[in-house]
Amino acid sequence: MEFLRPATWDEALAAKAEHPTALPISGGTDVMVEMNFDVHRPPAILDLNRVTELTEWSNDGEVVRLGAAVPYSRIIDELSGPLPGLALAAHTVGSPQIRNRGGVGGNLGAASPAGDSHPALLAAGRDVLVEAASVRGTRLIPIDDFYVGVKRNCLEPDELIRAVRIPVADGPQQFSKIGTRNAMVIAVCAFGFALHPRSGTVGTGIGSAAPTPRRAVEAEEYLRDVLAERGLWESGELLGAEVIQRFGELVKAAASPIDDVRGTADYRRHALAVMARRTLTWTWNDYRKQIRSAA
Amino acid sequence: MNARTSAQNSAGTGAGTGARTSTGTSTGTGARTIQGQKNLQDIRQSSKDGIGGSPLRPDGTLKVRGEFAYSSDMWHEDMLWGMALRSPHPRANILSVDISEALAVPGVYAVLTHEDIPGAKYYGLEIADQPALAIDRIRYHGESIALVAADHPETARRAVKKIKVEYEVLTPIVTEEQCLDPETYGYVHEPHEYKSHAYGNICHEQKLVSGLGVTDEVRALADVVVSGTYEVGMQDQAFLGPESGLAVPAEDGGIDLYIATQWLHVDRQQMAPVLGLPEEKVRLTLAGVGGAFGGREDLSMQIHACLLAQRTGKPVKIVYSRDESFFGHVHRHPAKMYYEHGATRDGKLVYADARIVLDGGAYASASPAVVGNAASLGHGPYVVPNVRMHAIALYSNNPSCGAMRGFGAVQAAFGYETQMDRLAAELGMDPVELRQLNAMQQGDLMPTGQEIDAPAPVAELLRRVKDMPLPPPLDTDDLDVRLLPGALSNTSHGEGIVRGVGYSVGIKNVGFSEGFDDYSTARVRLEVIGGEPVAMVHTAMAEVGQGGVTVHAQIARTELGVEQVTIHPANTEVGSAGSTSASRQTYMTGGAVKLAAEAVKRELIEKGRRRYGWTQQDLTLAGGKVVSESAGALVSMVDLLGEDAIDLTREHHHRPTVPFDKETGQGFGHVQYTFCANRAVVDVDVELGLVKVVELTAVQDVGKALNPLSVVGQIQGGCTQALGLAVMEEIIVRDGKVRNASFTDYLIPTILDTPPIPVEILELPDPHAPYGLRGVGEAPTVSATPSIVAAIRNATGLALRRIPVRPEHLTTERPGEL
Repeated sequence: MEFLRPATWDEALAAKAEHPTALPISGGTDVMVEMNFDVHRPPAILDLNRVTELTEWSNDGEVVRLGAAVPYSRIIDELSGPLPGLALAAHTVGSPQIRNRGGVGGNLGAASPAGDSHPALLAAGRDVLVEAASVRGTRLIPIDDFYVGVKRNCLEPDELIRAVRIPVADGPQQFSKIGTRNAMVIAVCAFGFALHPRSGTVGTGIGSAAPTPRRAVEAEEYLRDVLAERGLWESGELLGAEVIQRFGELVKAAASPIDDVRGTADYRRHALAVMARRTLTWTWNDYRKQIRSAA
Repeated sequence: MNARTSAQNSAGTGAGTGARTSTGTSTGTGARTIQGQKNLQDIRQSSKDGIGGSPLRPDGTLKVRGEFAYSSDMWHEDMLWGMALRSPHPRANILSVDISEALAVPGVYAVLTHEDIPGAKYYGLEIADQPALAIDRIRYHGESIALVAADHPETARRAVKKIKVEYEVLTPIVTEEQCLDPETYGYVHEPHEYKSHAYGNICHEQKLVSGLGVTDEVRALADVVVSGTYEVGMQDQAFLGPESGLAVPAEDGGIDLYIATQWLHVDRQQMAPVLGLPEEKVRLTLAGVGGAFGGREDLSMQIHACLLAQRTGKPVKIVYSRDESFFGHVHRHPAKMYYEHGATRDGKLVYADARIVLDGGAYASASPAVVGNAASLGHGPYVVPNVRMHAIALYSNNPSCGAMRGFGAVQAAFGYETQMDRLAAELGMDPVELRQLNAMQQGDLMPTGQEIDAPAPVAELLRRVKDMPLPPPLDTDDLDVRLLPGALSNTSHGEGIVRGVGYSVGIKNVGFSEGFDDYSTARVRLEVIGGEPVAMVHTAMAEVGQGGVTVHAQIARTELGVEQVTIHPANTEVGSAGSTSASRQTYMTGGAVKLAAEAVKRELIEKGRRRYGWTQQDLTLAGGKVVSESAGALVSMVDLLGEDAIDLTREHHHRPTVPFDKETGQGFGHVQYTFCANRAVVDVDVELGLVKVVELTAVQDVGKALNPLSVVGQIQGGCTQALGLAVMEEIIVRDGKVRNASFTDYLIPTILDTPPIPVEILELPDPHAPYGLRGVGEAPTVSATPSIVAAIRNATGLALRRIPVRPEHLTTERPGEL
């Protein structure tokens, strides 16, 4: 197995172009597990740890450009203001040691439906862009186009993930995840939710309940329309049990889970509906508080 | 009675704290009874790090800092790496094995199959039914077929992949129905291969009848009857240090094996015939053990590493990967149990009828002992006038099951304790009161006819656990999400949370039973080193984390009045210490250390008598001197010993037991009994089916706490492992195949799953045991699981007849109301 250690981003892109089957490694929290279990023996490993700009982020007030290797622990510490949903998701990743090593770039690269970042990224909006680079140039891939199959994304063989561009939250965001223990657990299923008052939309993301992370499109549209038609963005009135219930049902309907050792399909659907209802309630309560204090 | 209470974070309440109200016959603290004789008391004062004290583990800091050398860390110059090819099928015929391509891989030194074994081809803990390498048949998923030794683990891995095996895949025999109908579904072993008591696909069975048994007449005496079927999933020991060891061929044609195990001598006993060597040429030394819990009672890579070392003439190291570890050791027997209890209207038990079916998997391992425990302890710590019990272990093509902490008793406790709760509900009684009403005590008979001839404070344990203060209710105004079900997964901000409380009590035997003389040997040497008397304790005891190394030093300090004690590495140069299992090591090997130290003490004093002509009859050793209660300090041990060493070896045997009668189950089968009571408080998110154990209280009688800190640690650890079985730990097997051989999907409790575990210790001495002590490690693992499930039932109103309880069972697959 070849072990490539580029010192700079340009060298990394050149190495990837030359060795398109090389598997990028950064924190190693996923890649090393797969190698230890002999699931994956790539012909070459491309170590990105020397490329320091991957661990940097910037915020222009509108969009956070999150380096692919910014570890989850720093997302929690430094970005829970602008990226509250992703920070909550980061809290649920592995152990403190894993959170010190792992980052969103690895989650995107692996594209596992159980990756904890994905529901939060989807919920953060359709403007979330994955910045993929190669010696040929840079592509900005909308998050909705990124996941294409079980553990498959739309990257070209010569591309590396440089960063993710995530709009700064303009409303409350939440993230919930089911595991059969209270920490260090792969998601049985997960749900991300965000209110986007500026655009009058809402965002959802379902994890571990379909071949890819996916959005509950009908649930988003239903809620967007209800919020608009009833003037709830302006009034901040209670949503009512019926709306919350309906939203939960639509989220549940958007999933296509399977039975596996972590849980049954029925349970996953059930739990998604519960998480959808609860996260909607929490975010809406926060939103109501915000507009009341603004008024 | 001595009582100690300690909260989780102040576990180290040393000897002397707490109320000592009566009957303290504790041997090591005799000085306490001498009042007003200050000087004399000082002279005879035993070391604070003697028994009853809580000196810290010698390996504790190393382990916490990651500096302890585990068996997987060993290295030898010129060493090869061994690796096994394992079957992907649970049941198959092997049509051919072609090793030629594997042998051709550069760096490969040997590839072995069963044909290369120089000696016996079968081994086993109780029944030699397991081939060291598969012979023509595969009986479980992961069975070893061939071995490779290579210069690098990666080379070995590649070579293993080049071994070509042609299988005829057969339908595995996996359910109780299939196992019990071999004419239709087949035999796991051919009928003529069955050894010992095995027949059909039944590995072992034990019947038991006491009182009038269970007949229509007996049933008619009961006013109330509850019955039910209960199921326990396959738990894994989940020790963190994978199976590993290093075999070094010796010049005398023998072999030295450095190994993480639970019983050096029984490993050797099984290995030597296979290696074609006399036992004295197979020398074992204990390497750093990363947990055991029963999972290292059977052999794993011992024979394999030695075969490869014999063949290549080079040291061979084998370390299992995490997934291989799940195939490399036996698990806890999954169980299906039918229980029926009859009681009078006022709550007195009339009869118990039970059938316990344990799936032993492909090979016998410890199945006979597990069956014996299930049958003899399966009625719980209760007086039941009439009992009928039938316990069996099956042979199947599922993973082999054997020893795990509390075996036989753990499964049964989930059955009988659930029955007690249901009986209480049926009678409208408080579940703790019902238990107390039927609790056994000293002088009562077990259904085996064995008299309980030591304290059995079952009702008292229940009273104390119930009297412990309850944790405060959930503070809904100031929620800390980490304390809720789901914790930082952020699934609830208080929604759906219901609190529940449950109680249970359990019984476990200590030591090996049914006529087995599992004696222990200890060698103690006393000499002067650097101007100080130093005791050296040499045993073959496997330190697997239980704290034997700490306790042995404490015993030597107390008995010999020295401060400095060294612990010799455990090896087979000294006699057997028996197994580090069955809660027996402090009792058995601790007892042997005590005997050896007492012998050394007698010899030293005798030496003094000869030299100085002492006539006092009250001589003992304390503070590095020979002291007399009447005459004070007589001479320092340094002066008395001079250049001499006193070096003596003693064996410790427990009182004899007998096998249970095969049909009636009658017999003095167990050495000692131990009891623990628990209270669990849980918060359940009833909409999501997530559980947070809020507190798990334990009250246990330990006879005498030789090291109170370690005792509390054992009880808390046992409770935590029981918590795992209650709500998450299960090896999932489908059609004989293991589906979750990883710590990604085999979940054990993390610190966020582990609640505060307040522990109260009773010390009611057992007159038959050294220092009056009682084995500690297993009782809480037996008793705590049912209390947690009872608490979840209390919160949800669901019947919950299967463990582990999964979120589905509380939501989408609700198994029915209570």
